[in-house]
Amino acid sequence: MNNIKKSTRDGYGQALVKIGKENKDILVLCADLTNSTRTEEFKKKFPKRFIQTGIAEQNMMGLAAGMALTGKIPFVSSFAVFSPGINWSQLRVSVCQNNANVKIASTHAGLTVGPDGMSHQALEDIAMTRPLPNLIILSPCDAIEAEKATITAVNHKGPVYIRLTRPKTNIITKQETEFTIGKANILKQGKDITIIGHGPILNNCIQAAENLKKQNIDAEIINSHTIKPLDKETIINSAKKTSRVITVEDHQKIGGLGSAVAELLSQDYPVKIKIIGVDDKFGESGQPEELMKKYNIGTESIIQAVNEILK
Amino acid sequence: MKTKEIEKKANLIRQDIINMLAEAGSGHSAGSLGMADIFATIYFSGIVNHKLKDPDRDRIILSNAHICPAMYSALARSGYFPIQELLTLRKIDSRLQGHPHKGSLPGIESSGGPVAHNSSVAAGMAYVLKLENKPSKVYCLVGDGEQQEGQTWEIAMFAAKYKLNNLIFIMDRNTIQIEGETEEIMPIEPIRDKYRAFNWNVIEIDGHNIKDIIKAIKKAKKSKKPIMIIAKTIPGKGVSFIQGKHAWHGRAPTKEQAKKALKELRNE
Ligand SMILES: [Mg+2]
Repeated sequence: MNNIKKSTRDGYGQALVKIGKENKDILVLCADLTNSTRTEEFKKKFPKRFIQTGIAEQNMMGLAAGMALTGKIPFVSSFAVFSPGINWSQLRVSVCQNNANVKIASTHAGLTVGPDGMSHQALEDIAMTRPLPNLIILSPCDAIEAEKATITAVNHKGPVYIRLTRPKTNIITKQETEFTIGKANILKQGKDITIIGHGPILNNCIQAAENLKKQNIDAEIINSHTIKPLDKETIINSAKKTSRVITVEDHQKIGGLGSAVAELLSQDYPVKIKIIGVDDKFGESGQPEELMKKYNIGTESIIQAVNEILK
Repeated sequence: MKTKEIEKKANLIRQDIINMLAEAGSGHSAGSLGMADIFATIYFSGIVNHKLKDPDRDRIILSNAHICPAMYSALARSGYFPIQELLTLRKIDSRLQGHPHKGSLPGIESSGGPVAHNSSVAAGMAYVLKLENKPSKVYCLVGDGEQQEGQTWEIAMFAAKYKLNNLIFIMDRNTIQIEGETEEIMPIEPIRDKYRAFNWNVIEIDGHNIKDIIKAIKKAKKSKKPIMIIAKTIPGKGVSFIQGKHAWHGRAPTKEQAKKALKELRNE
């Protein structure tokens, strides 16, 4: 881990410029949030392939479907509360039912949006997108992984939702770390407990694991950067080894990765599970770390959950 | 094809619609029948290039997706799939879904259902075709009740901003929607002025006059702006007991009613 902090949205913006150069079919649509979604650089470099839709997320999603059906690879960029928050039906019918090659990249997911408060903190986007057939869901944990997720999404034919975050966070992965859709990465091997997370909250999982080591608890950490399709094999193999699983995410407990893992393990390999996420509440204004603590998804909550499940 | 022959095709489309809906036992009679003349003109006048294998074909998109029986009939009678398959509409394992699905049936460029969704898809297609200087036009059929959906006006602004002059909308102005008269439920008038104010060209026509429809489409092809052809139609046109009645928006004829309707249409 190095000391440079960067947001996953930055990784997305950089990737767009990179692949925009190589692939002339890439289009980027944005609804009046060019700077915040980090699509500014692409807009400057490739003005003809940047489409400003105005504050009209429903139309933006439908336009992208039409562009994909005419041979392009459009990226729909907005905040997660607006996309898929406002345009879910267009995502469902125009993108997913058409199996259109649209990439939906949504920034400002989770409590870590911070001061903007509850209206802007998307804690439901995974619950909204998971039930949609044909849709791949990616949640990168750092800027490097966000870059890879973006490039990988282009190489995948079909709709992909990429969940991105606002604050600058630690770089967890390395340039050479493999990124394959549907293949989770084991960040740390362990034998006593499995901790599965997605997004920058994996930093807290790592911190918690370092702390647990002092208690002689050896945690395995899985980066489930793909939420759909879930990497069943890696998760079940880890559960076989540790017999206890904790999921961690900056999302509602209801409908997120925790639900996906519970659906899998309860049917295929039942073990004790604990889901860490926001417990059926909306957020509020505050700093990311303060919010994570208050809403019981921070490092201490992970340590506490591990101790409870190992009792 | 001459006007008289296009009228005959429209009559066949109406007969198909009656047969399909009676066989399915559900579906949208009024809107489908009311759009038969427009579909006959689009598919048989020769002024729209609908050849599915041609990458430079015009795109035909149904935003008021519920009137798909009319389009299915036009596609079948253009030779894209067997006419007898029309009778599988809305049945299990059929390619003719209750609302059109891309990938199931040839000629469906985009899946639809909720109104206005496919209007955005049409605008997205038009944007790319214009960007690449393609000769193709995008024809998008919309309903009048559909104008109440907010997304419609997002599209109206977008198409005007990017001067999508290859985008041709045709509105089925039959003045009804599921629950009744559009002007009672949520007035859309003055609809012509609204589109003009949004910087579109607007043409108003009699949606049952083939010559009018042809003239409007020819004019629309030369438009410098996105264009809305407001086609005044009579819902259920051609069948006396369906014609003009909003109760028939989302209803199918019984087998008995179908016999009566077919008799009327054959004697036309
Ligand atoms: Mg109507």
